[in-house]
Amino acid sequence: MTEIIQKVKNLSIGFKSKKGEEILILRNISTNIKKGETVGIVGESGSGKSTLALAMMGYVKHGLYTIGGECEFNSSNLLKMKNRDLEKIRGRKIAMIPQNAGQALTPNLKIGYQIDEALQLHSDLKEEEREQKISELLNKVRLPSPETIALRYPHELSGGQQQRVAVAMALAGTPDLLLLDEPTTGLDVTTQAHVLELLNFIAKDTGTSMVYVSHDLGAIAQVSDRIIVMYSGEIVLEGPSRDILKKPIHPYTYGLLKSIPKLSLAGLPQSMPGSQPQPGTMHRGCSFFDRCDFSEEKCKNNSPQLEYLEELNTSVRCFNYKSLMNDSQVNQTVNKIKTSLQDKEILNLSEVSISYAKQKLLDQVLNRISDDNPTVKDININIKKGETIALVGESGSGKSTILKSIAGLLRTKGGIIKFDQNRNLSSDLKERNPNDLRIIQLIFQNPDESLNPNHTVEEIIAQPLKLYFGLKGEELKKNIIDLLQKVRLGEFYMSRYPRQLSGGEKQRVAVARAFAAKPDIILCDEVTSALDVSVQAAVLNLLQQLKEDFGTTYIFVSHDLAVVRAISDRVAVLYQGRLCEVGPSKDVYQFPSHPYTEVLLGAVLEPDPDIKPKLVAEDIVEEKPPQKGCSFQGRCSRILGDICKNEVPPWQITNSGNSIRCHIPLKELQKDQVN
Amino acid sequence: MKLDNIYQEEKKSNFAKVSEIIITMASRPSGFIGLSILIFHVILAFISPYIAPYDFKAINPTLMLQAPSAEYWFGTDDLGRDVFTRTILGGRTALTVTFFGSLIALLWGGLLGIFCGLVGGKTDDIVMRIVDAFLSIPWILAMLLIVSLLGTSTEVLIPALGFFYGKGIVRVARAATHDVIAKDFIVSARARGHSNFSIIWNEIIPNVRDAILVEGAMRWSWMLLGFSSLSFLGFGVSPPTPDWGLMISNARGLMSFAYWSVIAPIVGLSSLIIGINLTADAFAKALGIDRSTKAPV
Repeated sequence: MTEIIQKVKNLSIGFKSKKGEEILILRNISTNIKKGETVGIVGESGSGKSTLALAMMGYVKHGLYTIGGECEFNSSNLLKMKNRDLEKIRGRKIAMIPQNAGQALTPNLKIGYQIDEALQLHSDLKEEEREQKISELLNKVRLPSPETIALRYPHELSGGQQQRVAVAMALAGTPDLLLLDEPTTGLDVTTQAHVLELLNFIAKDTGTSMVYVSHDLGAIAQVSDRIIVMYSGEIVLEGPSRDILKKPIHPYTYGLLKSIPKLSLAGLPQSMPGSQPQPGTMHRGCSFFDRCDFSEEKCKNNSPQLEYLEELNTSVRCFNYKSLMNDSQVNQTVNKIKTSLQDKEILNLSEVSISYAKQKLLDQVLNRISDDNPTVKDININIKKGETIALVGESGSGKSTILKSIAGLLRTKGGIIKFDQNRNLSSDLKERNPNDLRIIQLIFQNPDESLNPNHTVEEIIAQPLKLYFGLKGEELKKNIIDLLQKVRLGEFYMSRYPRQLSGGEKQRVAVARAFAAKPDIILCDEVTSALDVSVQAAVLNLLQQLKEDFGTTYIFVSHDLAVVRAISDRVAVLYQGRLCEVGPSKDVYQFPSHPYTEVLLGAVLEPDPDIKPKLVAEDIVEEKPPQKGCSFQGRCSRILGDICKNEVPPWQITNSGNSIRCHIPLKELQKDQVN
Repeated sequence: MKLDNIYQEEKKSNFAKVSEIIITMASRPSGFIGLSILIFHVILAFISPYIAPYDFKAINPTLMLQAPSAEYWFGTDDLGRDVFTRTILGGRTALTVTFFGSLIALLWGGLLGIFCGLVGGKTDDIVMRIVDAFLSIPWILAMLLIVSLLGTSTEVLIPALGFFYGKGIVRVARAATHDVIAKDFIVSARARGHSNFSIIWNEIIPNVRDAILVEGAMRWSWMLLGFSSLSFLGFGVSPPTPDWGLMISNARGLMSFAYWSVIAPIVGLSSLIIGINLTADAFAKALGIDRSTKAPV
């Protein structure tokens, strides 16, 4: 048996409410972290996973306190230790890698200095040894030319590089246990895949135990040996990662896996009803009872205990796990999307280019935009009525920029945006008439920001109704109730404020507001990125249902290729503000494809330990699109030579109607991609 | 959908909201003390003409500089007037002038700040530079100039004080607006085509109101001090109107042998300022604005 390095015993953490009730964030958690293993803690927001990880460092957030239990590390209870003793352990024995490395690094200190600081604190090396150790660490996290990186400031590095520096700093004290709190959540898909691969390498290389906290089962699947699934402060399932992902025996995990869209399956995954109970609202019975498909009468009043199953080496908190044990695989059923595509063209972008460059005085006076290398260039897309077209790319690819111009929030440098074949839409709001404004509505990424916190749901939805249709009194109210019903919210939500709603409910209100204008086109800007997985599926299903009812056209921006696959009819892949590939979604996801699409597809993380991401290109970040030639030349692994650097590649059309912009002939492209 | 949401909080009437804020304020010791002092002063200002034991302008040379006694609680001043009478009456003008003055400051400063924050660009640049230019003028000199040109009537003092104390509010309101303006709900309102007026009224004001109100409350206490300074210098209210600033000014030469004639107005003035300050702080805390971490701009 391997050595146990951290033992969590009956840990409960909570806070006192205003009324003096004890409200538990963590309830009776017991688990062991063995030497050299990577444990993934997965759960939705509010499940207590971060609180548990912090407790493993002996840290309890301000406002919370330990109610019972202990976190034992080297046979001493961290939660009872004095700060001075904890300082000797933190960084040296247990290190933490935060979610946002950009915020965790001090902005005005050089990278080398910050690592040196960590070394001074957490190791006994002498000055000359430290210098060598710094480059050694930077080398280990695979940063190119460590000497120059050490002299840079954090803002001079990309997000992925900052995260690597954070890993290097955590490794400075050669810790026995590494805690990672959502370390890849803010990163681009390709960067994420690279960082995960690095973490895997480090785990093997150094033999460090890792605790990896994430909401993303895809990321967890890639790194962990063992998975702990948390739900409203309890462990509901714990076991070897392969078994849990392939054969989940707890209804929550089962539902969660079913609600994740997959690359291999077109169509919308099933959603899980309801949402996680808030702390303090649990009464009796199983906390998952309300949402469970397998629940029985006894689940309502009796809470199940965590039961250890010898033969599976798994612990499960459910009365009915046996019925799931027979159900061998997660059979994902998807609701096939019906295309309501019509031949009529509704929006046409031709030769659209957009520039963020600061304009010179002369240009300002003449009210024109001049920039020979604009951020977005050569965008030609026809969008048909009733279509869902997705714009896909990493951050900085210009997808949101294009949306803004369509919405009239950002002036274009050139090109024409045409609505309904003959109406020109100006990219300046002031030049659009109210009807032009009504036909295009936006739904934003983060409903916390897109709903005014001081307005009730009623006031929020009333705004477009009043503005465009001049509704008043009873009629207004009737319309609001109608819209709320369409997004599956009850009438009583009218008097609620956004802060009283869950993330999914807020996004539904935002959807209702967009539909209140009776628009022809809805622009969806990463509408599901801020939501939990189980809620994401529900919102996607709702959007699809509404589209079928109203015949709306969606322009859907997302970085998540699996979500795009689930909902869209057509996909446009963007890199550095230039189109790379446009085609029906089933073809874009097949080969041949543009080398950039190949990179993106390879980096998608599936919640399956057997599907490893393929790392095709380096995860370098380019700040500006190249002056001439192909936009992807800087990162392309299949670059042909000067032709790619000097000439803009031609559009090549495959048999299925997929357009690819590349110099490499289609047959050649396909050759290496078929796997 | 599940109906058993834990949040059962319903939309409250404005009256309920205000009373809840006041109760929260009074639940802290400092807030309770501040509110009590402020309410005491306000009530006193209303009823003092009816409870004043003597005529505030009745000069009686035979009673010059009497020490406090059962008859004249706070003694008499150098003209033989009752100090108690003059003290309880002395806050009336100051309180009224500065209250309406800060309302004016709040209104123009707040609206201009919000407007600049929303519009941005060149308009914002130009307006803010003008505001900066005014901020650099020592206010007391400018006030002296205005008062000597237009006189010391309340009709002049209120707008003049309101103007000079509103400049600071412009900056606070603009900064608060900048915090809100980047949020998606403003972008969303813009994309829908709402007018600037509608965006300011519906989207911005509800979100910056609290910050501006707190700032206005702080300005009130500063303005009170400023107004009393003007009186002290002889440019505020004119004699024989009882006013703390004026009383301190008149009696300061007599401090060594007739301390009572100067102590009473000082206690009156400073207690009111402390009361307003404590109330403003409690108000900010009740609204969830932490002034200790977010200093006014």
